[in-house]
Amino acid sequence: MIPTTFSYHRANSVSEALQLLRECGEDAKLLAGGHSLIPAMKLRLNQPEHLIDISRMSDIRYIKVEGGMLKIGAGATHSDIAKSSDVRQHLPMLAETAALIGDPAVRNKGTMGGVMAHADPAADYPAPLLVAGAEIVIQAAGGERVVPLTSFLTGLFETDLGEQEILTEVRMPVFPSNTKSTYQKFMQPASRYAIVGCAAMASVDGGTFSNVRMAFSSVGDKAFRASDVENALNGQPCSEDAINNAVQHAVNGVDVLSDHFASVEYRSHVAKVYAKRALMALL
Amino acid sequence: MANYIGQPVKRVEDKRFITGKGKYTDDIVLPNMTFAYILRSPYAHATINGIDISEAMAMDGVVAIYTGNDIPEAVAGVPCGWQVNFKNGDTMKEPPHPLLVRRKVRHVGDGVAMIIATSREIARDAADLVEVDYDEHDAVANPADAVKPGAPLVHEDAPNNLAFDWEIGDKEKTDAAMSGAAHITRLDFVNQRVVPNAMEPRAAIGDYDDSKDHYTLYTSSQNPHLTRLLMCAFVLGLPEHKVRVVSPDVGGGFGSKIFHYTEEALVVWASRQLNVPVKWTSDRSEAFLTDAHGRDHVTTAELGLDADGNFVGLRINTVANMGAYLSTFAPAVPTYLHGTLLQGLYTTPAIHIDLKAAFTHTNAVDAYRGAGRPEATFLLERLVEVAAMETGRDPAQLRLQNFIPAFDGVNEPGYQTQVALQYDSGDYHAALHKAMEMVGYDEFRKEQAAAREQGKLMGIGFSTYIEACGIAPSAVVGALGARAGLFESSQVRVQPTGKVSVYTGSHSHGQGHETTFAQVVADQFGISLDDVEIVHGDSDSVAFGMGTYGSRSLAVGGSAIVASCQKVIDKGAKIAAHLLEVSEEDLEFANGKWSVKGTDKSVGFGDVALTAYVPHNYPENLEPGLDFSSFYDPKNFTYPFGAHICIVEVDPETGKVEVKRFVAVDDVGNVINPMIVDGQIHGGVAQGIGQALFEEVLYDDNASLLNGSYMDYTMPRADDLPMFEVGRTVTPCPHNPLGVKGAGEAGCIAATPAVVNAVVDALRPFNVKDIRMPMTPERVWRAMHSNGNGH
Amino acid sequence: MGVTIQVKVNGKPYTSEVEPRQLLTHYLRDTLRLTGTHVGCDTSSCGACMVHVDGEAIKSCTMLAVQADGCDIKTIEGMSPDGNGTLHPLQEGFKEEHGLQCGFCTPGMIMAAEALLKENPNPSEAEIRHAIEGNFCRCTGYHNIVKSIQYAAEKMKKEVQHG
Repeated sequence: MIPTTFSYHRANSVSEALQLLRECGEDAKLLAGGHSLIPAMKLRLNQPEHLIDISRMSDIRYIKVEGGMLKIGAGATHSDIAKSSDVRQHLPMLAETAALIGDPAVRNKGTMGGVMAHADPAADYPAPLLVAGAEIVIQAAGGERVVPLTSFLTGLFETDLGEQEILTEVRMPVFPSNTKSTYQKFMQPASRYAIVGCAAMASVDGGTFSNVRMAFSSVGDKAFRASDVENALNGQPCSEDAINNAVQHAVNGVDVLSDHFASVEYRSHVAKVYAKRALMALL
Repeated sequence: MANYIGQPVKRVEDKRFITGKGKYTDDIVLPNMTFAYILRSPYAHATINGIDISEAMAMDGVVAIYTGNDIPEAVAGVPCGWQVNFKNGDTMKEPPHPLLVRRKVRHVGDGVAMIIATSREIARDAADLVEVDYDEHDAVANPADAVKPGAPLVHEDAPNNLAFDWEIGDKEKTDAAMSGAAHITRLDFVNQRVVPNAMEPRAAIGDYDDSKDHYTLYTSSQNPHLTRLLMCAFVLGLPEHKVRVVSPDVGGGFGSKIFHYTEEALVVWASRQLNVPVKWTSDRSEAFLTDAHGRDHVTTAELGLDADGNFVGLRINTVANMGAYLSTFAPAVPTYLHGTLLQGLYTTPAIHIDLKAAFTHTNAVDAYRGAGRPEATFLLERLVEVAAMETGRDPAQLRLQNFIPAFDGVNEPGYQTQVALQYDSGDYHAALHKAMEMVGYDEFRKEQAAAREQGKLMGIGFSTYIEACGIAPSAVVGALGARAGLFESSQVRVQPTGKVSVYTGSHSHGQGHETTFAQVVADQFGISLDDVEIVHGDSDSVAFGMGTYGSRSLAVGGSAIVASCQKVIDKGAKIAAHLLEVSEEDLEFANGKWSVKGTDKSVGFGDVALTAYVPHNYPENLEPGLDFSSFYDPKNFTYPFGAHICIVEVDPETGKVEVKRFVAVDDVGNVINPMIVDGQIHGGVAQGIGQALFEEVLYDDNASLLNGSYMDYTMPRADDLPMFEVGRTVTPCPHNPLGVKGAGEAGCIAATPAVVNAVVDALRPFNVKDIRMPMTPERVWRAMHSNGNGH
Repeated sequence: MGVTIQVKVNGKPYTSEVEPRQLLTHYLRDTLRLTGTHVGCDTSSCGACMVHVDGEAIKSCTMLAVQADGCDIKTIEGMSPDGNGTLHPLQEGFKEEHGLQCGFCTPGMIMAAEALLKENPNPSEAEIRHAIEGNFCRCTGYHNIVKSIQYAAEKMKKEVQHG
């Protein structure tokens, strides 16, 4: 398995990377953790002329809490995120999610930015990030723009990211300490991607659900919020019955994916089961 | 000294592997070596209109590009090693399997061109520049579809895609028994196609030396000598004495590396054309397309019982997939390694199987760990389980009731089955009783009932099995169509200092022969294990060999070693008698020395060895030296057997199966190294569970492989499996000197139906009778919601 | 077009010109002739190629050699604690507990296990199985691999205690 030839460029900073993107033109690819790109290049499904290595850009490898926001640099690896005390404290579901990606060696290389820019529908992060109301920070030569995740993900392997832009940060608000969150994943057994990934967040103070947020990865062609579940549950008592009723709406209006591991019918069913498991985990 | 047999001796081969010094074929680098890339068909069935290599040839570093038309007519395709005849006596259809296709590709992955370059990168790049013009045709992947009228033909001269049809057993008697049966259990099922997936992808290096007109082939093979024989005699027409085949360290085989593959002959042929070494190393993607696959049967099975639950008849109808070409042992797998095992452990008095072997537009199917015996065990053990369910009997009791009574094969004769084989020895009740005891069967049923009360789905599944191993008596297999003998050779060379080099035709690719065989030899001679070295895998060192598969290494290869050791001991006695000035009859050999009976006079093994090579004071008319070889042809197959029990829990919401416990009791005859035997069982069980729960090759309507990578073909991982509970009974084999039966395939043969039976048992509340493998969560979930129809 | 890289592998410095597309695994195997690192798949799944780069376990089939420029790499050939043939407790564990058969996955498996024990010197069976989920073994059914890692963990704990 040998990639086609390319020129290699290493960027040490975002500004260098942007400069290289300009110089290399449209046949350039950014190399982050490489766990999607390098296999695709080995299979010659992807044949870039220029590879711009951004895996060592220390200016995007960080995790910090700043101004009421949890900020995750695009270069933060899944291991960084899984182990980060900031993430574990403020958004435990995101640490749980990171710990369930691939295997330890994959987590050591794979990055938040790489996953989000690749927009594989089976990726894990989009669900918890939707729940957290994440925003994507994008830099270009002309400056920075911040887009909500909902408009960043445009479809199957498609995002709002331009060719001369770099995803530099994913940020989300820090939630009140009484907010509970979880990520529950039903794995595709071969690849260990998700068949269904369900992220949920809620307050359960006083035995009543409020501020319920739920999102799914790997169920539709892009991650989505299960707003019908959220609406059905807000204000309801924290009971199994209420949950059972609400999760029936998990895939309302969604064009559910199908593959040889899960038909539409089964994936829809598992989405409901995992919605329930996620909500039960919040109680 | 001595008494190594039966001890869990740590493996002598391990050090090189744990330090990264193992030497696998792709690790070998030869001066001026070139690299081959095989361009393969992306279509399952297509006609090649033309191939344009001009642009690729122009690339710097490209040495040669060969297509099918460049291979001389005199070079034949790779042969099949086993001939099965049609029921009407006609010879099986055996279309050629060319090294590179000339006109028509017959499966995705069929070799179309070989690009040879100075680096593997250039070879790969050049392949992208080779233009092949194809006309694509309809294709068929499913064997049951392939034999239906109107199916696309794989070979024009094989009507209905039939390679052969075949039967064994008494059809009339079986039909009569079935019509008289009080109850008939019937199952229609698929024993799905799986990929052996040895972790080391195949590799081969051809190295022609024009100064000596000599060829060397390094190859990741389970049997270098057989590869040499087939390649020299049937493919390239090379003089065997001018060809050396080396199988260095081989990273697992599981059957897939038994066969002689096109790439082996191609690199040797190309090396001769170019006069440089040519290396080919398979990618994993290529391995999915070209390593022979396993199983792939479509079966209807019926078991007849009388009113008391005694089995009265077994009637089987199977279509077995051969793939596009007949691989080395392919015809033997569904026939003599499957049909002949349908007696199982039971006294069933009437058995018949009707089998069709189908060509399809898929990669070849051949022996995969167990080879035919897992398929036989699967259908028997599923039938018995469902029969117990349908007739309201306990599945363990139903088995015990129908087991063949114990026989040792010495005082009691072997058991003559309805399907040709004669079992050597066995105590089947003991194995199942032991497994039930280990699992705590009665307690489990209570636990299961309590779990059901709480909505938890726990299930227990049994599988009892017998296999024919120690393959095989040459005359018997010859009569059944084998085109080779299945003996084994050995040479035991005692060095002048008393150190011993042993050359075996068996090949270790994980089995630990360097340890187990050394234990045998050290005990034979009463010397230290450190004084024995086992050499294998090189046709220049080892006289001949039939290789390792069919759990034959110890039973056949080990017996050959014992025979050579005995010759050493016999000759040593002559030397010792001379040194001690007594007659041979006065001597006994034990603990590494020849002693004069009833005295303390003795001479040691080392002294005798030295005397043999420094024959100053030496018997008249005795040749110097202490070096013997033997060929051992087994008298019968060996028949390991056992009982496996699996406990599962099924997630009632998702259908996901978790294997909670797995108990394996195997009787492999005498055990030389229990640590290694247990390891073989563990690995086999894992593969058996893999087939039950995870693994399956999928093709689309055009016979294109849908899941040819580890991203979508599920390999069992560490967190998919439990710790295994392994037990043993010992019924020695009565017909070989070590009393051993073989352990390599047992786990893989037994485990699969145990898991299916456990899941079906767990789903008892849903009245589920069968679930198609692999039992993915979706299939299990559907079974729970389909009123007993798991398909 | 070659790129010059400087790496340290098992403590030894190397300067090499590599093609940018050369994978780290091929650099180790073909250029440095450290063939203990194996290639078992094309999809970063099997872990036979696992090595440590700057102390972290990575799959060397999914990293370019140029990306390793300036890095400290450890392969199975560098596992001996004294560099002089003494076995690492993990190597010893695999031998003692029969944690290998064909040996092809073993180097990667040992590298994965070492990364685990560095972070978690006292892993449970489940933690061990989780930690090696990215390493395929077709021979052992993982049973004895788990025991091998447990053996090493025990031994390393004792070594720490006896300092």
